[in-house]
Amino acid sequence: MKRNDAQYHYDLRIYQWGLGLALLLTAIPFALVAFHGAPPSVLLWMIGVLGLIQVIVHFRFFLHIDLSSQKREDLHLILFTVLLLVIMAGGTIWIMHNLAERMMAS
Amino acid sequence: MSAGNVNTEALKHPGINLGEAHGEAHTQAEGVVFGFWVFLMSDFILFGLLFATYATMVDHTAGGPGPKALFDLKSISIETFALLLSSFTFGMASLNLKHGERRKPIILWLLATLMLGLIFLGLELHDFSSMIDKGAGPWRSGFLSAFFGLVPLHGLHVATASLWLIVMLVQMGVFGLTPRVKTRLLRLGLFWHFLDIIWVGIFSIVYLAGLS
Amino acid sequence: MTASDLWHLVFGRLGLQSLPFWDMIQHPTPSHIINGIIATGAAAVVVIGALVTVFLITKYRKWGVLWSDWLTSVDHKKIGIMYIVLAFVMLARALIEALLIRTQQADGLNGGFLSADHFAQLFSTHGTIMIFFMAMPFLIGLINFVMPQQIGARDVSFPMMNSISLGLTAAGAALVMVSLVLGKFETGGWTAYPPYTEAAFNPGPGVDYWIWAIALSSIGTTMTGINFAVTIYKKRAPGMTLFRMPLFTWTALCTAILMIFAMPPLTAVSLMLALDRYLDFHFFTNGMGGNMMNFANLFWLFGHPEVYILILPAFGVYSEVFSTFSGKRLYGYTSLVYATMAIAVLSFTVWLHHFFTMGQSANINAVFGLLTMIIGIPTGVKIYDWLLTMYQGRVRFTVPLIYALAFSVLFVLGGLSGVLLANPSIDFQVHNSLFLVAHFHNMLIPGLLFGMLAGYHFWFPKAFGFRLDERWGRLSAYLWISGFILAFFPLYALGLMGMTRRTVSYFDPAYTPWMLVAEVGALVLTAALTTLVIQLIVSIRERKANAVPVGDPWDGRSLEWAIAAPSPEWNFPVIPTVTDRDPFAVAKAQHTAYQSPPAYEDITLPTNSAMGMIICVVGGLLGFALVWHMWWLAILSALAVPVAVIAKSFDTRTEKVIPAAEVRQQHQAWLAQARQETPISRQLETSPDNHGLADNTIAEAST
Repeated sequence: MKRNDAQYHYDLRIYQWGLGLALLLTAIPFALVAFHGAPPSVLLWMIGVLGLIQVIVHFRFFLHIDLSSQKREDLHLILFTVLLLVIMAGGTIWIMHNLAERMMAS
Repeated sequence: MSAGNVNTEALKHPGINLGEAHGEAHTQAEGVVFGFWVFLMSDFILFGLLFATYATMVDHTAGGPGPKALFDLKSISIETFALLLSSFTFGMASLNLKHGERRKPIILWLLATLMLGLIFLGLELHDFSSMIDKGAGPWRSGFLSAFFGLVPLHGLHVATASLWLIVMLVQMGVFGLTPRVKTRLLRLGLFWHFLDIIWVGIFSIVYLAGLS
Repeated sequence: MTASDLWHLVFGRLGLQSLPFWDMIQHPTPSHIINGIIATGAAAVVVIGALVTVFLITKYRKWGVLWSDWLTSVDHKKIGIMYIVLAFVMLARALIEALLIRTQQADGLNGGFLSADHFAQLFSTHGTIMIFFMAMPFLIGLINFVMPQQIGARDVSFPMMNSISLGLTAAGAALVMVSLVLGKFETGGWTAYPPYTEAAFNPGPGVDYWIWAIALSSIGTTMTGINFAVTIYKKRAPGMTLFRMPLFTWTALCTAILMIFAMPPLTAVSLMLALDRYLDFHFFTNGMGGNMMNFANLFWLFGHPEVYILILPAFGVYSEVFSTFSGKRLYGYTSLVYATMAIAVLSFTVWLHHFFTMGQSANINAVFGLLTMIIGIPTGVKIYDWLLTMYQGRVRFTVPLIYALAFSVLFVLGGLSGVLLANPSIDFQVHNSLFLVAHFHNMLIPGLLFGMLAGYHFWFPKAFGFRLDERWGRLSAYLWISGFILAFFPLYALGLMGMTRRTVSYFDPAYTPWMLVAEVGALVLTAALTTLVIQLIVSIRERKANAVPVGDPWDGRSLEWAIAAPSPEWNFPVIPTVTDRDPFAVAKAQHTAYQSPPAYEDITLPTNSAMGMIICVVGGLLGFALVWHMWWLAILSALAVPVAVIAKSFDTRTEKVIPAAEVRQQHQAWLAQARQETPISRQLETSPDNHGLADNTIAEAST
């Protein structure tokens, strides 16, 4: 056991940091919404940005994805998926929004 | 086992330590884990499309209730807290799996994870039923269809993960911590943390954006 | 509880009216009788076909062999072969439907002999089957069979999952077949656009058949994609870097990636339509905030990458065929790889060109129109590479090369009509016309089908140890090619004349002559399939004369040709080490092929598993129960899936060991045979002298 102690504590700290950051990044937007801490348009942007940061935090601290060469394959996979998601989800929202404006406007 | 060796293995698979005797097991585990990552990404696309559909339908309330009338911030924040904490407790289980391999702490942390998962599910079901009580079931409007297409799908994933967790608890009892059981636990861990990421999307895009 | 209540509890909405001859008996008008006879005949073919199969298997006592050597096998080669058998069965059905469609339209001036509903079922099943249950199984089967052997692997990464994928695809296909006997199939085309397919307008079982067939096969295909991609990433032989992989494997990788990311939209959209129909959701309904335009959007998010899932493996086959039968290295390998990758990524950016006319702004149309035109560039690069592969080669006009040559001319023509359609202002003119039908058949028949048939002829000797008959093969190829031209070029003209697709009858006599030519084409295509069947029978009968046991009938270039034919269960007695592209051609040129390895080792292989069959049966029952609202059966079979998976996860006997001695004995016997044979020149390639050992003068001249 002793031999692994340093590694153990290092790994433990990673999870602790992950939990701390995740809680913080969750608490801020929840509080902002609960107490109407910002005008709606600003609030939406903040929720979006904080959510994005939190996703990265989860990938880094819980799923252990980093820039090291061992993780390169997984990282490439994730980035490629994100690219496709941006194309697919972004495209869907763009097209449907445009159609709604042109055809379904009340 | 030298410390250096432990470190390289540790870097390969955080949360797993298959030991040196299983060189073959490691190569196989690598394929299995990579395959699971690919599955997760495929699932990610599925969720992404439902998010996009939700975003395009959020205004389609058809005269029915909208997000502000239906979402309960308090309940959502408890659910969120339970799920976040469960990611940490699963992390603790992985940590014990990697260092020490004593079964008892692993089982305890996994049980804690399961509990938190079940609390989350219970609260979520309660949310859904109170929405339906208000006449806001998926049949009420396009918006609610999109909501009930997306959020319960995540819940279904959490339920599947919980069932998987129970199976793994049994398998730890039956087989002990064999390489097969360890890789399965590793994959379950990836799944669990991944579902947390989806939940971040849900509470941001569905709940918080809906209430702001 | 009354008897009728009990019936509904057990059989749901299944009833006498679900039988194909019920309409005819209830309303014996001439039209009902004609349609009833055709529908009943089709149902009878399905039932009698199934009964005859069961009878023959029982008579020759083959159930045991079928079960233990095939259905429960997790060997990638056998799974591949089963996929292709499924593809041929479904091809036969969908081709006969095509013939009926053509006949109806040839006779369609002011009427025709089919009812509109029956005709709609025909074009819907024809499209659904050809895409999901002919093309997909064919290419998946081919990749399954070939790819692990090309990369020097013993199996795919997840052999049992492979068998489950096959089970799910087969269950989907079975649902489409059952729809011939019980109830009717969907009538909204293979794309099943709502709101027409919503419960409000289409309450019957037809759309549900479509939904569950699609959902099952899409999940199976996603799993296949994961399997292939991980296999190619993780199981390559030592030394086989990505840029030493054969081009077929490259296209398999890109197709697998497309499957992984393009199948989820299809799964999503079919299940969303199911939620609308079963649980009163409003994703795509007319009212209550539904948005049917999102169906088209999501469907084509799948649908366009799907086009490249279909075409890329065929590109891979053509690359192998052009290179092998020109006795040359593939020209522009690197550019072909980059072109394949570019096509794979771009295929995700053009989906909107399937609905230019839906009403979005001209700017959006322009963006997607431009992207669509750009995707033609890498495809053009490929065509030039293939032409230059043949340039200065010693080209042999074997059956696969005939298909490849026909492809290279016809596909360019189809591509040109595609570039026309990519222009939104032209698309507005010909949208939903027969011009479009001509275009995509022009891409898919010379592209996909000819490619698959070329691959079938090319790798058949590797799978079964004997060549297919060359003369019948050529006749069949010429029939496919001429039949295609006759059947589809008239549709370009008809489309420009204004004839819309999926039309049961028309009033303009100017259409008729073109329709008659297309009908002749359809008959020729039917003859083409018949000759293909005859070829198989003739080849099986003459299998001794055409045997190629040494395994290299075409002077092949990649690793799959370096082993016996049929391939041993473990493919490679010793995993090869790769030092270059075209490793087997290099080995032959350096006289290092057919050598005894220094030592043999025990080989670990996965054991048989019934999981694939269990999931097939349970999945099929689940789909059937949901179609007919047999809720008890639906719940039971839905529960059976996790139960089976969990039970299987407790099974630890998943591997078997082949002792080194057995591997040695078999390998040495094969090597001895190889030493005895005389290497034959390429002039004798298609003669019975070809026993699968090539003389390597050509390989020396050009590597």
